[in-house]
Amino acid sequence: MNGRLLIANRGEIAVRIVRAAQELGLTSIVVHSEADAESLAVQLADEAVCIGPAQAAKSYLNIDAILAAARDCRADAVHPGYGFLSENAEFARRVEAAGIVFVGPDAGLIERMGNKSEARATAMAAGVPVVPGSPGPVVGIDEATSVAGDVGYPLLIKAAAGGGGRGIRTARNESELREQLPLAQAEARAAFGDDSVYLERYIERARHIEVQILADGERAVHLFERECSLQRRRQKVFEEAPSPALSEKARQQLCESAVALAEHVGYRAAGTLEYLYDDDSGEFFFIEMNTRIQVEHPVTEMITGIDLVREMIRIALGQGLSLQQGDIQRRGWAVEMRLNAEDPDKGFFPSPGRVEKLTWPTGPGIRIDSLLYEGYRMPPYYDSMVAKLIVWDETREAALKRAARALDEFCLEGFTTTAGLHRRLLDEPAIQNGDFHTGSLEVWLEDQSQALSQSESQLRSQAQSQLRSQPQSTSVEEAS
Amino acid sequence: MSQLTQQAPFPGVFYCRPSPDSDPFVEPGSSVDANTTIGLLEVMKQFVEVKAEAAGKVLEVLAGDEQLLEAGDDILVIDTSGEGA
Repeated sequence: MNGRLLIANRGEIAVRIVRAAQELGLTSIVVHSEADAESLAVQLADEAVCIGPAQAAKSYLNIDAILAAARDCRADAVHPGYGFLSENAEFARRVEAAGIVFVGPDAGLIERMGNKSEARATAMAAGVPVVPGSPGPVVGIDEATSVAGDVGYPLLIKAAAGGGGRGIRTARNESELREQLPLAQAEARAAFGDDSVYLERYIERARHIEVQILADGERAVHLFERECSLQRRRQKVFEEAPSPALSEKARQQLCESAVALAEHVGYRAAGTLEYLYDDDSGEFFFIEMNTRIQVEHPVTEMITGIDLVREMIRIALGQGLSLQQGDIQRRGWAVEMRLNAEDPDKGFFPSPGRVEKLTWPTGPGIRIDSLLYEGYRMPPYYDSMVAKLIVWDETREAALKRAARALDEFCLEGFTTTAGLHRRLLDEPAIQNGDFHTGSLEVWLEDQSQALSQSESQLRSQAQSQLRSQPQSTSVEEAS
Repeated sequence: MSQLTQQAPFPGVFYCRPSPDSDPFVEPGSSVDANTTIGLLEVMKQFVEVKAEAAGKVLEVLAGDEQLLEAGDDILVIDTSGEGA
């Protein structure tokens, strides 16, 4: 064991893992594409290896190139981060076959929990409630309508191999089910090479709440829950911990069910169990498991004081789980705002560019996980997330006020980000009251865009009336 | 003959066909107008259709499939002399 950790990722999560590795006394080695030679992760890491051209398929998703780099630099372990190959069973299998530790669960578990239909059956076997639906993949329309008879409408048709919100269709009645089922199967085959689909009750006003766990193959502990209901196109935008919706009793039931499921499968790594929570009935249902570190892990770190990335590396290196459930205490409230290089006022169009000027917020309770520095040029080839602003305070109300203060201090010149969107969100009474579900943000964005186009047309008509009243002296630009 | 060299409006990965198995959007000799899609530009995992900037005939496609383009890089040349004909 030479204490050498290869980080098979980029961006802020690569920076995050470099920091954890250095604090553990490991040599951090990042792989990077040609487009990322100037990245912050490359600058901070002890060593860096170029593995290919800008396109992810030829670099960050190229298993052969990453394995060659791992062998060349004599890596003992590989951390996959999130996205890219982090939940790719073949990658995990080949890393282990090369005699290198994969920082994550074993390939068999990635496969089992990555297949939604199988994960669902596993949860049921562990006594964890799942959304009412088909017990497994449905083959034909007769089976589907029979399931619908038991479960009721509306239904979701979901690809068993899907993920990231892809491969999901809605059916509100039998004729829609007859129409959508073959389309969903064809889509699933085209997108995932597997046409298995299953059915689930569509809970329209549900919250997305997930439980963070750590496990060493025998024992599991939970680090409480995160509320991730504020989503756009099924991508999380704003997360917090704990959830404002749960009673202590519901929290305990939810977290204990996650531990039960992790122990049932002999899970060994950091992981997250995602649930839908029905505010009205207080019921919760398991939906899927993520077998990797997640983007929103810092809010859990802020309320528990536990370094999740460090713990997952320790577990992977065979040091066992150092924590007992009683060691893990929850304190205060944390929120995370994802800052993407996108313009919310232009349909979230990507805005790549160079960082001309950058001022991060500072002060008590503020954490920035980012890939940015002054002079850095955002490559156009990857995800648009450029930073996560995480804010902690003793209460939820104080954390939201501190978040607003932090956003007011933040200054980035060079391209547009979603920071302004978060600032507007924090002024919304529904956000302040914690009163939202997974569909709320989309509705709010739609209202915002209508208000924006109305005010634009008002400005235009004002400008035109001024033009008419002062035809000699006012240009269109001056008037508007 | 009047020509227009159309350039990439923003940086990204250029795709000259809608999917790997499809025919290219345009080829030399194709007629285009302002509604014709000439390619896709992928920027930060979003795909954006690039439309022809003028009506005419495609003379040459300069950008390769899956080529990384900077804003201002040449995509194709359109012969606009027959416009409106």
